[in-house]
Amino acid sequence: MTTTKEPRENEAVKHVDKAQYLVVAVLVAVGGFLIYNALTLEAGFAKVDPVGPRMFPMVVGIAAVLLGLVLAIAIPRGSVGEADAGEDIDPESPGDWRTVGMLVGLFVAMILLVSPLGWVIMGTVFFGGSATILGSKHYVRNFVIGLALSLASFYAFYSGLGIPLPPGILDGIL
Amino acid sequence: MENIDWLIQGFEQAATPMNLLYAVIGVLLGTAVGVLPGIGPAMTVALLLPITYNVSPSAAFIMFAGIFYGGMYGGSTTSILLNTPGESSSVITAIEGNKMAKAGRAAQALATAAIGSFVAGTIGTMLLVLFAPAVSRFAVTLGAPSYLAIMLFALVAVTAVLGSSKLRGAISLVLGLAIGIVGIDFLTGQPRATFGIPQLSDGIDIVVIAVAIFALGEALWVAAHLRRRPAQVIPVGRPWMGKDDWKRSWKPWLRGTAYGFPFGALPAGGAELPTFLSYITEKKLSKHPEEFGKGAIEGVAGPEAANNASAAGTLVPMLSLGLPTNATAAVMLTAFVSYGIQPGPTLFSKEPLLIWTLIASLFIGNFLLLVLNLPLAPLWAKLLRTPRPYLYAGILFFATLGAFAVNVQPLDLALLLVFGLLGLMMRRFGLPVLPLIIGVILGPRIERQLRQSLQLGAGDWGGLFTEPVAIITYVLMAVLLIIPLVLKLMHRDEETLLVVEDDKDQREKAQA
Repeated sequence: MTTTKEPRENEAVKHVDKAQYLVVAVLVAVGGFLIYNALTLEAGFAKVDPVGPRMFPMVVGIAAVLLGLVLAIAIPRGSVGEADAGEDIDPESPGDWRTVGMLVGLFVAMILLVSPLGWVIMGTVFFGGSATILGSKHYVRNFVIGLALSLASFYAFYSGLGIPLPPGILDGIL
Repeated sequence: MENIDWLIQGFEQAATPMNLLYAVIGVLLGTAVGVLPGIGPAMTVALLLPITYNVSPSAAFIMFAGIFYGGMYGGSTTSILLNTPGESSSVITAIEGNKMAKAGRAAQALATAAIGSFVAGTIGTMLLVLFAPAVSRFAVTLGAPSYLAIMLFALVAVTAVLGSSKLRGAISLVLGLAIGIVGIDFLTGQPRATFGIPQLSDGIDIVVIAVAIFALGEALWVAAHLRRRPAQVIPVGRPWMGKDDWKRSWKPWLRGTAYGFPFGALPAGGAELPTFLSYITEKKLSKHPEEFGKGAIEGVAGPEAANNASAAGTLVPMLSLGLPTNATAAVMLTAFVSYGIQPGPTLFSKEPLLIWTLIASLFIGNFLLLVLNLPLAPLWAKLLRTPRPYLYAGILFFATLGAFAVNVQPLDLALLLVFGLLGLMMRRFGLPVLPLIIGVILGPRIERQLRQSLQLGAGDWGGLFTEPVAIITYVLMAVLLIIPLVLKLMHRDEETLLVVEDDKDQREKAQA
């Protein structure tokens, strides 16, 4: 049983996935911030609260930094995570990060413009834009569907659930 | 008997025409969203959370019951017709179910999955009625130290036992705990890790986190690896089973249920192991072992039942202890919290009507699922052909809508993006999602429990180890952590045994 496992491990050693250092960076940043933030807290009254507000963020912060270090040691030894599989995922593809970048850009536009321009306009742009970025060539149809979804959700949330989504510049028209 | 009375009251509450309508909507939405490729039950519940914001809690839970089972069922349809399981627990269904579908028996595969899910769900919910109140009655007698120990146990179990890499499980857990710290400290009132942003002082809305990690993270991950040509969908008519299929299905349903429920109820049970055990068992007991790997109906019936029974099992710790043990339960617990309902052992005594309405709705939802979905299967199969750009643009759109509608502030969208990118990173580097969500939910409760018990014990740490249940739990935790090490030293790691056997199975299939 053990013999079947070994070749796999050897294979893994050859591919050192350096991108994983990103995870190390995130862990160290999160941990460092928690430790720094914990130090700024007032310790409070020991009798009422023997643990204090500092301990929990301290422990979590130190654990994050330590785990980051462990991972940093494990990466050059060939430790790799198993990337997520799924129905529409082509595991062979190298990763289309340009598409992801454009989607993130669109999302940032959504964050900045949803209040001034309103949900209906931004929703239309967001859906139509995402569909186009993801490779749908029917440009007009992409935005028409987006408009239909945005209008439907605007009115459904407004009258059905009582949640007013921002009307933006279309205030009064909708 | 008291339970039966409550259950009847729950049914009275759930069976009003209006609430039945909610149940039907829940089942339809749950199945429709669950059937869409790339969307598992946890993401289904997360995406549909906002719909329940402004309805009453009982109506919302009735819908959830429908969504819960609907999402599960939708997943099995995808596995059978597409051969691409969305989650590890439906891998086995995909193996045999898709072979059946290719051999022109898609209708029977879907039927045995649907009826098996119904049988397993119904039995599982009955067991829930039987066990959950008893567990909860026992749990309320426990003090803070025991409860603390049990929550720590759940954290350790989910992190160390499930998933292939313990290091990555721990990383994910720590990130979750870190997210849970954001907000005002409950004892001293100081803001912690809020970056000075006042909106963060109530903590980060867990709906935003769930939607970001499950929906946005997944959509971005798929966007990076989208198949240019979607997988082939096998056309299907109305599901039905012949007499022979029934004969071959009913025993696997029951055995699958027997495997699934206890595993689901354990903090680290999961659904993969019982589906796998059920598959091996059926293969051994079958009169047609040669059909396995080519589309044996037992290989769909058993694992599907195990999968659903395990889902019902996870509701035991969720309702009786407030412990989520899988992603879907974690998201449902999120909904409890957003209604101001404190999950925990007192749930049954504080909110009995609500809980029993939820349980009654589980029975109703399960039944509706069977009645609605057998005739609707061809329609669901059509949904599988949704053009992928529209599907994922839709997920992005509804994720945004859901997170935005919580407080209608653009800050939530920024948080959604940040955690969505975190979700993308986790998928890229194989960090499991479940420990993070459990960490977000349990972290603050563990801290509160710890500080309150130390407060009561005047700062004496020894007070944490006075209750017998607490000590037993810590011992179990230690055993859970040590056993894999011992097994590894003995070169008999159970996991590798299973994996190797699985590989052998696959190889045999490849040769056949």
